[in-house]
Amino acid sequence: MILVVDMNSTENPFGFHEFVLPIVSIAEELEKCTVKHYLEVNETSLNGYDNIILSGSALKDTVTFDQTKRFMWLKDCGKPVLGICAGMQTIGLVFGGRVEKCREIGMIDIATFKENILFSSTLKVYALHNYALLPSAEFNVLAESANCVYAIKHKQKEVYGVLFHPEVRNIEIVKKFIRAFQVDRRI
Amino acid sequence: MRLGVLFSGGKDSTLALHKAAEKAEAVCLITLVSENKESYMFHTPNIDVTALQAEALGLPLIRKVTEGKPEEELKDLDAAITQAINGFKIEGVVSGTVESVYQAARIQQICNRLGVWCVNPLWKRNQKALLEETVAEGFKTVISGVFAYPLDKKWLGKQIDEALIQKLVSLSEEYGLSPSGEGGEIETTVLDAPLFKKKIEILDSEVEAQGNSGVFRIKQARLTEK
Repeated sequence: MILVVDMNSTENPFGFHEFVLPIVSIAEELEKCTVKHYLEVNETSLNGYDNIILSGSALKDTVTFDQTKRFMWLKDCGKPVLGICAGMQTIGLVFGGRVEKCREIGMIDIATFKENILFSSTLKVYALHNYALLPSAEFNVLAESANCVYAIKHKQKEVYGVLFHPEVRNIEIVKKFIRAFQVDRRI
Repeated sequence: MRLGVLFSGGKDSTLALHKAAEKAEAVCLITLVSENKESYMFHTPNIDVTALQAEALGLPLIRKVTEGKPEEELKDLDAAITQAINGFKIEGVVSGTVESVYQAARIQQICNRLGVWCVNPLWKRNQKALLEETVAEGFKTVISGVFAYPLDKKWLGKQIDEALIQKLVSLSEEYGLSPSGEGGEIETTVLDAPLFKKKIEILDSEVEAQGNSGVFRIKQARLTEK
């Protein structure tokens, strides 16, 4: 079972359709899926989920940047996590990184620097962000564009982040994350 | 949230308007009239019908003519959205983009620069499901342009119903067309929809077609009671 966390501000009633549902459509091809808003998620609400995907949000929406205390469950949940855009930025902030202004909108070329389970070599990705993440030393950088870090993995945990939106033009990356940590419950 | 809707008068922008109006306040329509028929950004057949559609919807229309030169036309869109911000105090812009990152990225850039929300209620939705939704919701939509093989003049002016959707889906599987015309294969004009207070009646029209390219042009139309 996958938990997709809706990272959109309650101020934007449209973020769910644009940034969450496309992920759900991809995930449901492989697994059952539940969506919870980030305000509903805490340490005790994660039971039964094999892995967790944090959605992106609208360009104007940086609401989770100031609410990292609500995401402290990321540190000890022990589950594979993939953060997309705002999801990645929030993961980075929770683990001691910081964000800086970096606007990229549209298709961007990125290059892989470290072997990983999600992608390899160079790829074109859809970017939609006003901020880049400067991750802490707890993370390896997996990929970069000419301007900023595009993908990270925690050195000890199965916690990943991608700054781009794989649900738009790189859906295989979402599927690879899910397949990598799928739990086979057949007897 | 007060919203301005990028409105071509076709099924996608009209459905996006309906979805936006469910959760926020749609206060104006914004139409770019492109003089370039090949424009990747703004659709052209029957764009003048948007004035009648706006009247049917009871919404003010900001109408701006653009030469339609790639990238230059974005300045005209920027100006039209700025006019909506100043004139109608909009806080967000609604687009009916489904798949095109070319369109989506450019609208996002303008909204970002102007500091307004960019709302895409149809983004990444299944195209067949969107077509079916318009029929189920009671949209009366006609095909007003065909621009790809094997579509031809037989399709022009046809109303979109379940049977037509099935044909479009079959063709999309066989020839790789986008079933909802997202790749510009078909253009549509909405004559009636739930938010229309009156419906559009076509009084005079013509078909202009050559091979796999053609338009169904509405020459004269009026609003009638529903």
